[in-house]
Amino acid sequence: MTAPFFFWFFAAIVVFGAVGVVAMRQPVHSALFLLLSFFGVAALFITLNAEFLAAVQVLVYAGGIMVLFLFTIMLVNIRRTAGQPYVHRQAGAALLVAFFLLAVVGGTIVASSRTSGLADAPADPAKLSTTTISRMMTETVDGKTVKTPVTEQVAGNSQAVAWGLYRDYLLPFEVASVFLLVAMIGAVVLGKRTMEHVD
Amino acid sequence: MDISASVLTYFLIPAVKAVVVVILVATAAGVLTYIERRTLAFLQVRKGPNRVGPEGILQFVADVVKLLTKEDVVPAKAQHFIHFLAPVLVMVPGLAVFAVLPWGPEFTMRIPGLGKITTAWYAADLNVSLLLVLAITSVGIYGIILGGWASNSKYALLGGLRSAAQLISYEVPMGFAVVSAILMARSLSLVEIVEAQRTHQMWFILPGLVSFFLYFVSGVAETNRIPFDLPEAESELVAGFHTEYSGFRWAIFFLTEYANMITISAIATALFFGGWLRPFPSVHALAFLDVVPPVLWYVLKVSCFLFVYIWFRGTFPRYRFDQLMALGWKTLIPISLTNLVLVALAALGGFRGLRILGIVLWGAAIGAFLIVTRLRAAKPPAAKTAPASVRARAAEA
Amino acid sequence: MPFPAGDTLLILPELFLTAAASFVLLWATFVSRPRERGLAFFSIGALAATGLLLFVSARMAGTLPRSAFGGMFAMDRFGLYFKGILLLVGIVTILFSLRFISVSPYPGGEYYGLILFSTVGMLFMASGTHLASIVVALELMALSQYVLAGYFKRETKSLEASAKYFVLGAFSSGVLIYGISLVYGAAGTLSLAGIATAFTTAKPPAFLVIGIIFVGCGMFFKIASAPFHVWAPDVYEGAPTPISAFFAVGPKLAAYAIFARIFFVGFGPRAGDWSAIIAASAALTMVVGNVGALMQTNVKRLLGYSSIGHAGYALLGLLAYGDASGIGLWSILVYLLAYAFMNLGAFGLVILLESKGYAGESVDDFNGLAAKNPWLAAAMLVFLLSLAGIPPTAGFVGKYFLFSAAMKAGWFWLSLLAVLMSAVSLFYYFRIARAMYLVEGEGTLHWREEPAVSAAIALCAAGTLAMGILPGPFVQFARTCLLPFGP
Repeated sequence: MTAPFFFWFFAAIVVFGAVGVVAMRQPVHSALFLLLSFFGVAALFITLNAEFLAAVQVLVYAGGIMVLFLFTIMLVNIRRTAGQPYVHRQAGAALLVAFFLLAVVGGTIVASSRTSGLADAPADPAKLSTTTISRMMTETVDGKTVKTPVTEQVAGNSQAVAWGLYRDYLLPFEVASVFLLVAMIGAVVLGKRTMEHVD
Repeated sequence: MDISASVLTYFLIPAVKAVVVVILVATAAGVLTYIERRTLAFLQVRKGPNRVGPEGILQFVADVVKLLTKEDVVPAKAQHFIHFLAPVLVMVPGLAVFAVLPWGPEFTMRIPGLGKITTAWYAADLNVSLLLVLAITSVGIYGIILGGWASNSKYALLGGLRSAAQLISYEVPMGFAVVSAILMARSLSLVEIVEAQRTHQMWFILPGLVSFFLYFVSGVAETNRIPFDLPEAESELVAGFHTEYSGFRWAIFFLTEYANMITISAIATALFFGGWLRPFPSVHALAFLDVVPPVLWYVLKVSCFLFVYIWFRGTFPRYRFDQLMALGWKTLIPISLTNLVLVALAALGGFRGLRILGIVLWGAAIGAFLIVTRLRAAKPPAAKTAPASVRARAAEA
Repeated sequence: MPFPAGDTLLILPELFLTAAASFVLLWATFVSRPRERGLAFFSIGALAATGLLLFVSARMAGTLPRSAFGGMFAMDRFGLYFKGILLLVGIVTILFSLRFISVSPYPGGEYYGLILFSTVGMLFMASGTHLASIVVALELMALSQYVLAGYFKRETKSLEASAKYFVLGAFSSGVLIYGISLVYGAAGTLSLAGIATAFTTAKPPAFLVIGIIFVGCGMFFKIASAPFHVWAPDVYEGAPTPISAFFAVGPKLAAYAIFARIFFVGFGPRAGDWSAIIAASAALTMVVGNVGALMQTNVKRLLGYSSIGHAGYALLGLLAYGDASGIGLWSILVYLLAYAFMNLGAFGLVILLESKGYAGESVDDFNGLAAKNPWLAAAMLVFLLSLAGIPPTAGFVGKYFLFSAAMKAGWFWLSLLAVLMSAVSLFYYFRIARAMYLVEGEGTLHWREEPAVSAAIALCAAGTLAMGILPGPFVQFARTCLLPFGP
């Protein structure tokens, strides 16, 4: 009853924020709209009973990444683009292509969701928030370590996320960690001043 | 459950709690400023505010009245909307966090006309409440940077940027410290973490000695307090990010700083000092301590940390910016990573593992303390003369 | 343990190379500039050792193919084939770079480390059987390369190459991932085998086609085929030349590995949806690449355009999806091996000729090479003949099988176009040959004596000739490295 209302409400906020990002002329304002959009996404996660993702979304994107964005924007001190034309001269063509793509992609998705029943009511949110996991439980009984396999319904989704990341998607997760290492090295390589060759 | 009951549980009671919390926090922050000024005065052997009301207790009321009636100056070239938004962005997260702070356990009370109602000393217990605290506090930073930026003033901007760098840097060790508490309790819910300290029969300060140290140091940095108050280093940056704020908006920044101190202390209490539990929750001989209601225990513990905050302010000099960054990245983060691994290994071993870790840590700490004091005692105190370099410079002069 | 310990054994080569790359980075902080050669040799050793480990772990794995980490990773002969070539590409690139980096003002540690990390990404790509692991590996490879492209950061061209590569690469990854999300919506899984099953058992929704098109567009970008090719000549021109050689071969091969795997294994049952798109792109790519190359005077740009054309030829193999003999796939395998040899070799000559600034990159700089160093000129001639597809070189063998695969699949007009475009390519390859043999040198030419580069060139020339003269063993080997596919 209330779920669709919240979905549309927060979805509207997300879209509003996203439009604001590209429509603002002042980079700081764009960043703030992006922030708004992130909060909308976090709220959408909550409507899906994914509190963990919502909190992480705020913590990582709003609290970490966007702060660094703002930081950079302020450090490089981008001048206001007041004198420059608001739209690029290819804007017409870009709009045309974008709307064509939107029509094709959106139309197909809407059409196929009508026919294939994909848009049926989603699973019960209450069920989404519990996850069945099986694991070995280590307990100490009478000074001995006993391992017993247990299957349990885990309430909440922190555990579900953990099992997804560290079991099902372990390999991509680890490769992603190497990826981040490389990103860091790359930033240092491109960003640092070369000490030698100062001539 | 009929409609009226659900309105009661999901709307009315939380709303009442929210209003009460906001009022209490605002008052507590005010009282805290008074206590801080008196304590500092005591530490510096002077009197402090003692005119308004008995022993100056009403000083903060006078301050509030002053701030409210002051002219609200906005710099001419400021970004007006953002300048207005910044204090809001600081205060909302600062107060929102209080929704999940576990001041006490559940209790049942009788309200005339409504019957028995079971509710708790917290507004909400989420299964990710600890993460929520981190998330919300990390958002407070926007008010600081934006306030600095929107003022269109060099000092404010530099202060804002400094504080952004500082907050981000210290969020990392803080996060790791919090994770180690999560590992010990195996839950992200603050209420469950407190309860876990009952089932583990110990406060997590025992195995979490290092974690607590890291948490509190980072927490002091996160709240921009001495010795980490660089964003508002008056000798360099006038007043930092809020240089261009005055009157009520400045008061909001000020109030939030104190609210954040309370938050940090409250989380430290919940994670490492057993929350609302009495000391040694498993020792029956101490059951008489239960006379003190849980909420009071919590408030008592939080007050201790707040006092430590003030004590720090009276004791430590301020760090230099590069020292601050070096401390965060080169000292605290490596320590916190090592500590995290240790705690994780101990947590694998269940209660016993944690207990062994605690004994080892405390043993090492006490041992180190004893050795250091012994050495200090053995060696004659360092000569009161200045180091050679300083003396040389003095001679030159 | 959620996964059997044996799974770790299967990714041992990749783990080892990651550790080696990290070690290079650490070691680099303690090494002075003149001693950076040690890092290069260590990196070469690490790549070779990884090859050895591949062999060992494949042996210990027992019967192939074996899947690991819940279907994220597969050790099969198809992947091993690519991994072997990719490691070779890495070794040759480092041989090319030895002197290039040591005379440049830029440190070598991160350079070699990034090459190794990029190779790790490519190895994981070659084995990825799950769209999640494929995308992450692809990004690992690509990110290292964005940095490598801009490694000479005080050269405007290098930075331009990096920026272009990064912006377009990130955009194309977005397209790819958007496509993948649609495929996920249609199939309910990201595992390639699961996707295939989902599509054979049930009628997928119509938006799947859009998903496949988007995935295809992402892949077209990664292999630099038209109309997503514009970045390639600029990037090859601006990047440090050894890196251009690396870009022209390594990522392209790895991208073909995932292209073939995704489309054959995952989207195989829906071949009707995608063959027309691939055919169109193949045709356009062959024309754009070869016609574009005609007007180039910079050899790196020329090779860039020619590599676009070659990407188009290789697409023909994908069209022969339905052929039961698997000729579509193994012709690609054979062709890519040939492509690796001849392109690396050609770039190697550019490196030898290059001197300060961007001198040595023009076609005119090849003037009179035959008189001054007949061996180098002969090697270049071999590479050019091979690139043009003239027997007895590897390029001919590769093209022969590719074109016959396309014929077998019924794409006559495409095969015809391919032959026609090969003829066009003769013009521009011949311009370099003409400069070497028929034009008198004007003294502007000074190649450097560099044993490492010469050795690498000799290796490539030997490979090109061996494949051209004795194609049998290569083809036989490639035929054993097919994917399990087909409904």
